[in-house]
Formats: sequence, structure tokens, C-alpha cells
Amino acid sequence: MEKFKKIESNAIPLPMVNVDTDMIIPKQFLKTIKRTGLGKNLFYELRYDEKDVPIDSFVLNQDKYKDSQILITGKNFGCGSSREHAPWSILDYGIKCIIASSFADIFYNNCFKNGILPIKLDESEVTKLQKAAENSLSFTIDLENQKISYYDKNINHEVSFELDKAKKTSLLEGLDDIGLTLAKVNHISDFENKQKSTTPWLYSQQIK
Amino acid sequence: MSTPKTLYDKIWNDHLVSENEDGTSIIYIDRHLVHEVTSPQAFEGLKIANRLVRKPNFTLATADHNIPTTNRDEGISDPESKLQVDTLEENCKEYGITFLSMSDKRQGIVHIIGPEQGFTQPGMTIVCGDSHTSTHGAFGALAWGIGTSEVEHVLATQTLLQTKAKNMQINIQGELPLGVTAKDIVLKIIQTIGTAGGTGYVIEYTGDAIKSLTMEGRMTVCNMSIEAGARAGLISPDEKTIEYLEGRPFSPAENEYQSASDYWLSLATDEGAAYDKTVNIDASDIIPQVTWGTSPEDVVSIDGLVPNPEDESDETKKKSMIRALEYMGLVPNTPLKEVKVDKVFIGSCTNGRIEDLRAASKIAKDRKVADHVNAIIVPGSGLVKQQAEEEGLDKIFIESGFEWREPGCSMCLAMNADKLKPQERCASTSNRNFEGRQGRGGRTHLMSPAMAAAAAINGKLSDCREI
Repeated sequence: MEKFKKIESNAIPLPMVNVDTDMIIPKQFLKTIKRTGLGKNLFYELRYDEKDVPIDSFVLNQDKYKDSQILITGKNFGCGSSREHAPWSILDYGIKCIIASSFADIFYNNCFKNGILPIKLDESEVTKLQKAAENSLSFTIDLENQKISYYDKNINHEVSFELDKAKKTSLLEGLDDIGLTLAKVNHISDFENKQKSTTPWLYSQQIK
Repeated sequence: MSTPKTLYDKIWNDHLVSENEDGTSIIYIDRHLVHEVTSPQAFEGLKIANRLVRKPNFTLATADHNIPTTNRDEGISDPESKLQVDTLEENCKEYGITFLSMSDKRQGIVHIIGPEQGFTQPGMTIVCGDSHTSTHGAFGALAWGIGTSEVEHVLATQTLLQTKAKNMQINIQGELPLGVTAKDIVLKIIQTIGTAGGTGYVIEYTGDAIKSLTMEGRMTVCNMSIEAGARAGLISPDEKTIEYLEGRPFSPAENEYQSASDYWLSLATDEGAAYDKTVNIDASDIIPQVTWGTSPEDVVSIDGLVPNPEDESDETKKKSMIRALEYMGLVPNTPLKEVKVDKVFIGSCTNGRIEDLRAASKIAKDRKVADHVNAIIVPGSGLVKQQAEEEGLDKIFIESGFEWREPGCSMCLAMNADKLKPQERCASTSNRNFEGRQGRGGRTHLMSPAMAAAAAINGKLSDCREI
């Protein structure tokens, strides 16, 4: 996984609540066996009409947000299915940071596995950032120092955010979780040996 | 004496491989279910890193999301769907994983076949790249949905990195009124706590109304835990659980069954154990529920009205209500029972089990599906289908005008050919009423199998108790 670096970009305002993973990437695009190429279909049904023509009024179709790396949205973002195609499509589009007042659990977790930073802030703070995003101001996301900053009328605004230490390290260093766990393979084997004696039926009736 | 523990605490402790300094833990995974949609990239990752599957024998795979529910003999006509299913089969062969193919009688929706095969057992940790893995919590197994990166992690290590969730108790006291089912309970729960109400928690469902449910009903409740935001839902194992699992293909053998059962019963939450949050709901207050909007929390009782956004004081909520009503093509204050439906879907990992089909067949028997309605029944597995046919349920349905299909996920997520056309309205026993979930522009009303069957007969949303 790529290391998470400082982001400087304007942000896409999407003030909708309960944006579900079906909305982020509908099922017809889940038939792929690859992780890449999903960005063009991100928010498909909001972004294109029934004839596949871009809907001008939708925010992703506005020129000024074409290269945005930040999405600012409403509470419970990413609810619904566990499809990792949701963060894949977001990343493939070029978005590396999502700001909302809350995230659905599986989606939140999936973001970190793909180098995306989801930031949780108070609803009032998110609303302020939404306004700034609508004015297409440029934001800096500094994960190292856990700070979002932006200039509005020459005044520098700074917003701090909280993040679990392990998740922060994983993003900053682009860690391979599987490699790290496999480094502890002895612990896993020890556990299995112990479990074989305490709950032996788990080992005697295996799938054949 | 040690601190009293919840069912969740006990399963967590029994699967703790190691605790890391940063507060995360490595948790052992006893069983892993795999399907075609969320696994190809995980196997690809293994290949690239030259890693093996640690416990092929703890892993069970099947194809369910993409497969057709008609004309199975002709195979899968959609080339993309076919490639995904073929890829799973090849990966399973390469890594030595058991794969139940479309032609196998045991094939079906992963969350139906796990319990059916006795692959799901109390006290286990079970994962799958599918959010409805919470279903297996009905057995007192800690079961949750994961993304594809974590599928790869489990394949390679048989563990996951986890942070412990908080404990929530949802207590359904009292007795359920006649005609009210597990689906109505869980819709009521989601309406009460909201779709983010369970975020960060593992829910344990308790109370007389939960205990009185069959294993099938308990699965329906746990299945939709994710719709309340919780990763996992749990119900304490009891005599019903033990009886259900006895003699199933992967259940503990006879000589181990007693010790396994003793262990399962020991997992019940200790007296005095603390939950971080408790929600009480009175079962006698629940009547058949239906959804009106595009979020599973948009729930009303069948005798109610389509809600009016003008009554909502919160501006954001009001806006989303207006959007939902527009999408659903509904006018505020319309009685629910006047809403006409075009399609009926009975099936899914929420309500595709034998008990669900029996409930629907009772309503269907000696009645006809309304002329303008297209109604399909999709059994959750090949074995559910077989059982239903042995009981003659297929004949009841066919005589009433329902279509009798092959098992799979079908119109719950509409990845195969079963989908709604724009503006079509569906009475559905599935779990999500999101915009476009059952087909672009399609309008979904979630409800129980008896309610969906009643809607098919009357051609509009109906109270199954009045048929």
C-alpha cells in the first residue's frame, strides 16, 4: 500500500446523509475481478442519467472538482454492504480523504486497507467545511499532525481530528497488515494447539 | 471471582491470539465463508505475494450473488458473471477449498448454507466478505462481514486484526402478537435505534420474544443487525440451538456433541455483566411493519400512513425524507394499505429459509396472485428448495401464480437478471431498500414473508392478519 502523504486540494461537497455503498458503486460494477478501473463509475446513478450521459448538476461533473482529492459528506457514510469496491472506486477516482460526522463500520475499516483517510468531525465542523468546499477553497490534510487547514479570506482556519494510533501508523507507513500478522505466526500456531485441546470438535469435523 | 462477562466478551477472549501495543488484537477466525463477488481480488493478492491459504478446511465457498434463478442447465449467460463464478471455482481448486457449485444440491446463499450444513456453530468466530454474515450470530457465533483485503488476511493467516467493540443489549420483552414475526421485530429495532444506532457495538438480543423464536427467526433478526449499523448480532445458544445442529454434516460428531453442547451453554452472558447500552422494546407493541422510504430505518406499521416531511423539525432529515418520498413515488399521509405493488420478491439471506416459505404458502394457499403482480419465490438454498417441494409448497405457490425459482441472492441485490424496472414497486422480504438496490429506479418495501405474500394476493401493501 502507498504511504499516505500530505494532501493539498479543494474538496467535493456532498451534503447527503446515509450514503450507502450501493450509491457509491452499484452492483453491476461488482462483477469485476480487478481492484482498478472503478473510478469512472463512482456514484454512478447520481452522476449519469439512464442513457449514461453525465448529469450536469451533480457535483462530480463540475469542472472545478475534477481533480479533488477530498470528499466532504454527511453522517453514516458508507452504510450497507461490505463491498470493498466502494473504497476502490473512491480511490480510483482520485479521492484520498473523506470527511464526515460518522462512517459505517465496515466501510471505515476498508478505507484504511486502501490508503484512504476517513476523518470524523463534529457535525457543526463538517457543515463549516462543506461551506468552504462549496466556495472551492483549497484544503491541506496533514495526517502526521492530525490537522485540516484552509484559508478563507486570508484567515487561516485549522481543525484538529482524532484518529486511532494504529490506523494512523498503518496509513503513514503504508503497512502490509498480512505481512505483519505472519511475522507472529508462532502465536497463531500456539493458539491453534491450545484450541485443539479446549474445543477439539472444531478440528475433528472439518470441511472435506 | 472474575468479572461477569457478556456472551461477546467470552467469545472474544476465547479467540484472542495476541494483543498489540497499539490497542488492536489478533483474533482467531474459526470459519470463513467465501463467495464469488468479494473474493477474486483476495486470491489475486495471495498469488502476487506468493502466500498460501492457512486453513483450507476451515473455509467453505459457494456462488450465490451472480447466478441465474432460471434455466440453470444453460449455465450463466452473462459473461462477466460467468467469469467471476469460474474464477472462484478455479481459485478453490488451486488452494484446496471446498466449493459448492451451482449444480450441487447444497448450493445456496452463504448465510443459509452455513447453518444448514452445521458449518456455523455457537462460540465460533465466523467471517465472510459480506455484510449479512451477522446472520450466524443467531447461533451465538461471533460473525461479521469484512472487506476483500480482510478476506485475503483471513485466507493467509486465519486471523484478523480487530479492536474490541462495545456491548449493546436489545431486550424484547413479552409475547409477540399473532401474525407478527422476526422480521417485524428487527424492522422495529432499526426504526427505534436508526441505521447508525449500532455503530461501534456488537448487539446481543435478549428477552422472552427472542427466546421464543425458532432458529430461522433468530437468523432473520441477527441478519439485519448490520442495517442497524452493528457489525454483529448475537443470541445466546440454548436447547433449540443444540437441537437444530445435531446430526448436521459438519456439526460435532456424536462422541463430542455433549462436551460441545456444554461449552455452548457456558457462553451465555453472566448474571450482572454490564452492557454499555441497553434498549428495551415491548413485543406486544409490535404489529406487522413495512418500510416506506430508502433507508431500512424508514419503517411504519402497516396500519399507518406515509409520513409527512412537514412534521419533521430536523432540516437534514426533512430533506432526505422529501428525496426518499420523491424516489418512492409516494404522497405524504397516504394509507400504506392503498399503495399498489408491481412485483413481489420472497427470498434472500434474511427470509429465504423453509419457515419463511411455509409462512408465505399459508397466505398463498387457495388464493391467486393479483393480475397485475409478478411474484417470485427464490429459496435460499437447494436444500430449502428440496424440503419445500417435499412439503408441496412449490405446488401451492405455482397454483397461486407465483414463480418458483432456483436458489440464490436474486432480486435482493439484483446482480443477476432478476431486477426491477425504473419506477416498479416491489414488496420484498430482503434487507435493503436503498435507491437502486433492486434495479435502477426500483422502489422497495421491506416486510415479512407473510406480508409479501399478502401484498401479492391483494396487489397492494396489506396486513397479513386480515387475509
